[in-house]
Amino acid sequence: MGKFAKNIIEFDRVGFRYQAAPVLNNITLAVREGEFMGLVGPNGGGKSTLLKLIMGLITPDTGNIRVFGTSPKKARARLGYVPQFARFPSDFPITVEETVLLGRLRAGRIWQRYNAQDRAIAAKVMTETGISEFAQRPIDQLSGGQLQRVLIARALASEPELLLLDEPTASVDAHQEKSVFDLFRELNKRMSIIVISHDIGFITDYVDRVACLNKELLCHETQAITPDVIEQMYGDHVHVIHHHSHAL
Amino acid sequence: MMEFFAALAEQSFLQYALIAGVLASIACGLIGTYVVVMRISYLAGGIAHSVMGGMGIAYYFGGSPFVGALIAAVISALLIGLVKLYWQAREDTLIGALWASGMALGILFISQTPGYQVDLMSYLFGNILLVADGDLWLMAGMDGIIILTILVLYRPFQAVAFDPEFARLRGLPVNLLYLLLLCIVALTVVLLIQVVGLILVIALLTLPAAIAGHYVRTLSALMGLATLLGLAFTSAGLAISYQPDLPAGATIILLAAGSFIISSLISARKKPVQSPDSASKSNIAN
Repeated sequence: MGKFAKNIIEFDRVGFRYQAAPVLNNITLAVREGEFMGLVGPNGGGKSTLLKLIMGLITPDTGNIRVFGTSPKKARARLGYVPQFARFPSDFPITVEETVLLGRLRAGRIWQRYNAQDRAIAAKVMTETGISEFAQRPIDQLSGGQLQRVLIARALASEPELLLLDEPTASVDAHQEKSVFDLFRELNKRMSIIVISHDIGFITDYVDRVACLNKELLCHETQAITPDVIEQMYGDHVHVIHHHSHAL
Repeated sequence: MMEFFAALAEQSFLQYALIAGVLASIACGLIGTYVVVMRISYLAGGIAHSVMGGMGIAYYFGGSPFVGALIAAVISALLIGLVKLYWQAREDTLIGALWASGMALGILFISQTPGYQVDLMSYLFGNILLVADGDLWLMAGMDGIIILTILVLYRPFQAVAFDPEFARLRGLPVNLLYLLLLCIVALTVVLLIQVVGLILVIALLTLPAAIAGHYVRTLSALMGLATLLGLAFTSAGLAISYQPDLPAGATIILLAAGSFIISSLISARKKPVQSPDSASKSNIAN
């Protein structure tokens, strides 16, 4: 793969606000093909909002977003998304395999049955994520770490070109966190990845680049993350809140 | 009980009632499952009660209460669905308003129609013994629509019921599917009203699927088991109520509710102690 050959995501002076409160300000960002990018920043800094903008679930108030050279909505089919928490009821009657197969649904063929190819791909990604042995188990009998792997497998079943992960290791312990990121490193050989994390120190071992987000974007290469930068980012956060409370 | 079987062989109204129970069970098993797993029984309750308005208006103008009910149910399903999708914060208020004002509208129109008392009771509590063969064909047709829709849209419905956000990312027309599902719920409610009336309909819609949920853990198995349970409750309720001349609808519901309580106690007892893993998962889910 021609790593970093071209831009797959381009944010051009993007701004977004919920009601009156600005969440993202003047974000200009390019993500290159094959890149493994970490997204860090304080809570409320707009990390999840940035992912939602990429997926076209929300539209920016100002600026322009291109994903794979087209609009986020049109590019959706090429994205895989793993939410931070399972948003569905945990006792929903569905097996691991059925959940993963949902990743095979397509807009144009919603009435069709899953075919042999769909099942083969589901089996492959379940092996890859280490959940094959639970394939027939209902999801309410899984641990937090296992459920997280099911959500990753569901995203992979779509055969995405870009994988978006919102704090994928928030519900697992440190040992599992390492094995999950080892998996991402393996996946990065065939797809671009953007991962939100709260653990800057940990992800710098894995990612090509860290983007620091606190309403505005401070981009840095991996090597440049120093305590000073972290302090600047989180310190800045306090400053920004202060500034806006005055402005209102 | 023996009298019931003897009468069943001779009386066509009893045969019709039994068939009506079978037809109702199919709808309640298939759609009740969605209502239970999506936790929208309050929403279905709103649809059921607002149906009274349509029935009353149709009755007043000499039309078919069944058609009036159907129109009212679909309108309120769409209204509630649109509010849920686009104006989330006010969903419960709107359901409450539709619930009560539908009833009020119905009672107003029925009160202005001569000879209303008997009919009012059968709308509210159902009268399965009054089901005519024309009603059966109508019910069968509605079952046909429900079965066909689920056969075609089983997987997209599963995706929307389970995780709408992910379904949207996969390019599914989530809002359309959700509204369609609510319309099918409305259809089912009207069908079940024939058997147990609009006040009791929520119990027949949700209890069989809720009981089935104690024993099976896939959507299709839930649908199958809930249908069989619905069948058992309607048939047994009919048989038990026949000789002492009890209201059939109420008997069916109490049978279902009693079974639900017993089943809940049994499944609570045999549930294993939570593992540390699942305990930490539920912490995270909060």
